[in-house]
Formats: sequence, structure tokens, C-alpha cells
Amino acid sequence: MIQSIKKHLRLWIQLGFTALSNGYIAGFIKGKIYTGPSKQLCLPGLNCYSCPGALGACPIGSLQAVLGSRDYKMSYYVVGFLIAVGALVGRLVCGFLCPFGLVQDLLHKIPFPVKRKNLPGDKVLRYLKYVILVVFVIWLPLFVVNVVGQGSPWFCKWICPSGTLLGGIPLVSANPGLQESIGFLFSWKMFLLFMILLLSVISYRPFCKYICPLGAIYGLCNPWSLYHYEVDASKCTGCNVCKHTCQMDIAIYQKPNSPECIRCGECKKACPHHAIRSGFAVRKQQEKTAAQDQTF
Amino acid sequence: MSAQWKKRLPGLCMLAVGIAFICLGILREENLVVFKKAAAICLECIGIG
Repeated sequence: MIQSIKKHLRLWIQLGFTALSNGYIAGFIKGKIYTGPSKQLCLPGLNCYSCPGALGACPIGSLQAVLGSRDYKMSYYVVGFLIAVGALVGRLVCGFLCPFGLVQDLLHKIPFPVKRKNLPGDKVLRYLKYVILVVFVIWLPLFVVNVVGQGSPWFCKWICPSGTLLGGIPLVSANPGLQESIGFLFSWKMFLLFMILLLSVISYRPFCKYICPLGAIYGLCNPWSLYHYEVDASKCTGCNVCKHTCQMDIAIYQKPNSPECIRCGECKKACPHHAIRSGFAVRKQQEKTAAQDQTF
Repeated sequence: MSAQWKKRLPGLCMLAVGIAFICLGILREENLVVFKKAAAICLECIGIG
């Protein structure tokens, strides 16, 4: 049992954090959402605050809510949270703490006749998430406002599959009133969700690679975050095993802190020369190991 | 300043800025805007509109 947990440690952390941050079971039973004070705290991953179990707020939804409000045109609170988390761990959140990342990981384990790392047009599509971040998360909520000066959460409304899966489906299923209100928007979001889930079976984490604005933000922090990856040049032979193993298709030995890296750690396990390390104080670890090697 | 600290400086500065922004946001009561949004069902988010 302990061996199994050690072998699948990342999965257990993903499951545990998702359960912990969406632990309001009564919400799923009654078809309501949690309204306690912790709802003013942002969760690190893409976790819709309309999920019946959610105990915190989605940072992307919160950012749009503040930008779209009449009283604020800059959200120091949410932006500060994103910068702080990004500065600490970068996209480690994507690899370990995001519920929708977990969903995609599990779906990709389903056997399917065609499996591919990336979708066609991968190189160009990787920039799409930055366009979505700027246009749907920032620009539209800020500048497309109604008569009273309020903007809408454009990304949440038209794109976010996490909201549909974790919030829409459970709430609509449990509330006859909501069932009577579904229309084109719900159908569009269900279609988008279905496509992303299907693509997740075929390709690894297509939403994270091409669409997620939260991953885009954390990814920009990867090169400077305190938790980081380092490659020991004295041990690395450029064998490319890390790149072949990496489901985000990154040559870790060339770009150890790539904005695309979700810091899942699979490359570290796969490296035959143990050249890849990660942590908050990696250089110190390497010096300690080098000192121990000299002693022995 | 050691090489290790030089390498960590951008991350530490970003962390400090992030924490400062969070404090400023709380002073401006932005957390209450987040709470108001998060404590009500977001009809746009769930596809009702």
C-alpha cells in the first residue's frame, strides 16, 4: 500500500487536494454552493467557485469579477495571489493541484487506438492561451461593459470547461429551476467540454497546453520561481530520454524551466543519469551530493 | 552576493510584490468583491448566462 502510494504520489496529492478544496459534500447533495468566508480566498488551480463542493474561489473567475466590477479596474488582491503563487512554485500548481488537470490526466490513461503527444499545429496553438488570457480574461471584462459599467466574465461564460464540468453539470442536475433555463450557452459549453475531454483521451492535457489562461500566467513565472528545475551538466549526456518521456514535449535538459513545464517530475524519474533535480534549493543539494561523492 | 542568492532574487522580488499586492487588495476590500461573486451561483460560469 505504501509502495503504491509512493509510486503514484503525484496522483494521490492531486486527488487529496481536489477532495480537500472541494469538500463541501452537502453542496452536491442539496444542489447548492458553499457560501462560507473561505470563499473569499483564491484556490491555486482552475477550480470553479460554482462547483457545489468548492470551498474557495477560482483565481481566473475572481480576476474577471474584480476587473468587471464598477469600482475597480485593477485587482491587486487576485493579481498579487497569482504573482505570489507563481513566484513560489510556478506551474507546479498545474502538475499537482489543479482539479481540471487531474481530470485530463485520468482521461489520458483510457486506452484509445490513436494516442499523440500534441495536436496538429502545436507550435502555434501554444500561444493561444496567451491570447485567451489577454482577450477573454483581461480586455473583454474590463472594456465591454453594460449601462451600469459592469463587465462579464467572458472566459468563464464562453470557454471554461471546468465551470461546466464541476459547476454546471452537478448544479443543473440537482436543480429543476436551472434545468428549465438552459439554452444555447449551455449547449455550447457542453460541446466545448465534450471536445476537450475527448481530446484529453487522445492527446495529453490539450486544455493546459493550448487554452488555460491560468497556466499561461503561472508559466510566465516558471523561469524565476523559487521552486525550480536544474540539470547537472556534468551528468547530462543529451540522450533525450527526458524529452521522449515529457508529455508536455519539452527538452528539459535544454529548457529546465520552460513556461510549458507543469513540473510533474516524470523527467526526473526517467533520466538514466539522475541529472535532473528540482526543489527550492537545488544547487545546495548538488553541492552536498558532490561533497559526499568526494568523501567516499 | 552569492550566485545562489542572485539566482533567487527575481523570485523573491516577485513574491514580495505578490504579497504587497494582496495586502493592498485587502485594504481596498477587493476580497469582498471576490466573496460576493464566489458565494453566489455564477450563472455565466455554469452555462445558464
